Amino acid sequence: MAEAKEKDPLFSPKNRKLLSEPLVLNNPITVQVLGICSALAITVKLEPSVVMAISVIAIMGIANLIISIIRKLIPPRIRIIVMLTVISSLVVLTDQILEAFLYDVSKQLSVFVGLIITNCIIMGRLEAFASNNKPWPSFLDGIGNAFGYAWILVVVGFFRELLGSGEIYGYPLMEKLGMYQIGYVDNGLMILPPAALFIVGIIIWVHRGKNEELVDIS
Amino acid sequence: MKALRNYVDKIKPHFEKGGRFEKLHSTFDAFETFLFVPNKVTRRGSHIRDAIDMKRTMSVVVLAMIPALLFGVWNVGYQHYNALGEIPHFWDIVAYGLMKVLPIIVVSYVTGLAIEFAFAQVRGHEVNEGFLVSGMLIPLVLPPDIPLWMVAAATAFAVILGKEVFGGTGMNILNPALTARAFLFFAYPAHFSGDQVWIAGKADTYSGATPLANAASGEMEAIPDFWDMFFGFIPGSIGETSTLAIMLGAAVLLATGVGSARIMFTALLGGYLMGLLFNLWGANEYMMIPAHQHLVMGGFAFGVVYMATDPVTATQTNKGKIIYGFLIGLLAMLIRVFNPAYPEGIMLAILFMNVMAPLIDYYVVRANVKYRLKRAQAQTT
Repeated sequence: MAEAKEKDPLFSPKNRKLLSEPLVLNNPITVQVLGICSALAITVKLEPSVVMAISVIAIMGIANLIISIIRKLIPPRIRIIVMLTVISSLVVLTDQILEAFLYDVSKQLSVFVGLIITNCIIMGRLEAFASNNKPWPSFLDGIGNAFGYAWILVVVGFFRELLGSGEIYGYPLMEKLGMYQIGYVDNGLMILPPAALFIVGIIIWVHRGKNEELVDIS
Repeated sequence: MKALRNYVDKIKPHFEKGGRFEKLHSTFDAFETFLFVPNKVTRRGSHIRDAIDMKRTMSVVVLAMIPALLFGVWNVGYQHYNALGEIPHFWDIVAYGLMKVLPIIVVSYVTGLAIEFAFAQVRGHEVNEGFLVSGMLIPLVLPPDIPLWMVAAATAFAVILGKEVFGGTGMNILNPALTARAFLFFAYPAHFSGDQVWIAGKADTYSGATPLANAASGEMEAIPDFWDMFFGFIPGSIGETSTLAIMLGAAVLLATGVGSARIMFTALLGGYLMGLLFNLWGANEYMMIPAHQHLVMGGFAFGVVYMATDPVTATQTNKGKIIYGFLIGLLAMLIRVFNPAYPEGIMLAILFMNVMAPLIDYYVVRANVKYRLKRAQAQTT
């Protein structure tokens, strides 16, 4: 068996790359442009963004792990269904946990927790990576991609909440600073979904400006 | 003049390659060409000799906006005193108008040009003249009482996200001035719609609704007389009220060939025909507003003359311009009458058609290719 011979240390450079690459150079949102719908829908405030980010990290890590473990048992022709079943079970589980412990946030996220099932990042990583790699690298890949997704979500949520509602994580910062008294007004555009596109667009712009190899000259 | 030229020549070496202020080259260049006609000539390749360059084109557009601006200044003052129920001396009216309008213009220009210069510096190209027009258009489409920081925010948004991300003047998809207005419209609706914002320093008891707002809320008897709206004695954005002043500007644009006559006239036609269609339909009171009255209400004339004709964001082909203009007029009326949330449709109509313009051009070109191919085949067989 060729596979048994490879004994990489847990955090070999190759494995570390699996974790770090999706954060910047191969970010699921800004470079692969996946999972945009949820980035638009739930980033009005920081709290739901953070909860969503954590949920996706958990689901993606575990889903990648499970699929990778059973990858040799899955008949190729029905692999998508199997993956969906795994993801759905995890999503339903997450949804129940949120409803039990974070009811308000779960209300805000409403249908979007359920829609994690359709998040293209998860399906994409399962199909592209977990279904033909060993469990540990798959797990790292899942976590890495989910973190890449998560930090964008949190950044977008931060700016949309700050500019759109004048709050940070529910704390009325602008009001405490007395900004409203000097004529500051919250930006209503930031509450509308297109604002997330603007912010993601700006992130992409800065991102490509910093990393020349991402610039697509064609 | 001579002294200035000498001075410019004296400091010029510092800004050339290897000079002390090499990095500020584009800033220097902008001021030099602003002061003097540049002595650079094209040395190779074919080129067209013409007295008019981009700077002069932009100057013509700014010139064409002067009537609307002057009337706007007066009208801001007039509406203010009219709301208070007293009509003072002419110069008091103008003074009040200037006090309101000048700061907006200054803020718009300073913010926009600062960003424009900064980008030119970083990217190492010449400062483009496009903002000379946008900087004047932005104040003209704003309500007179708008807080100045909002003007700055909108200008920054329009210049950065509307223009610079696409590569600067000439590369933008959307009209920057309308981008600024749309930004404010969606971001600060309380300062940008309703009947409280269109008259500066309005008395509380006076209704400050624009004719369009009257129409949208069904108060048909409150709509001013056609001629009042034509001459512009109505509340509204600073530059948009007087159709007459805008027609003067249109005359300048048409006479110099800077604005496209195809777009202007087809947009008018589109608006008028849609108005007639509504009259025939007549399902509610709003649809019964005479078609010619639609053309002088709100910002329709202003948008058609100064914004739809923006050569960068409009269609490039002649047939495309006709389709583009017609659809702008038609959509503007459609949005006005059918969507009470957006009393003025021309802004969204133009932005929408800006996005569609490349598509129209594409199909016009394709159709032409097909047509000529057919003709060529017919000849050979």
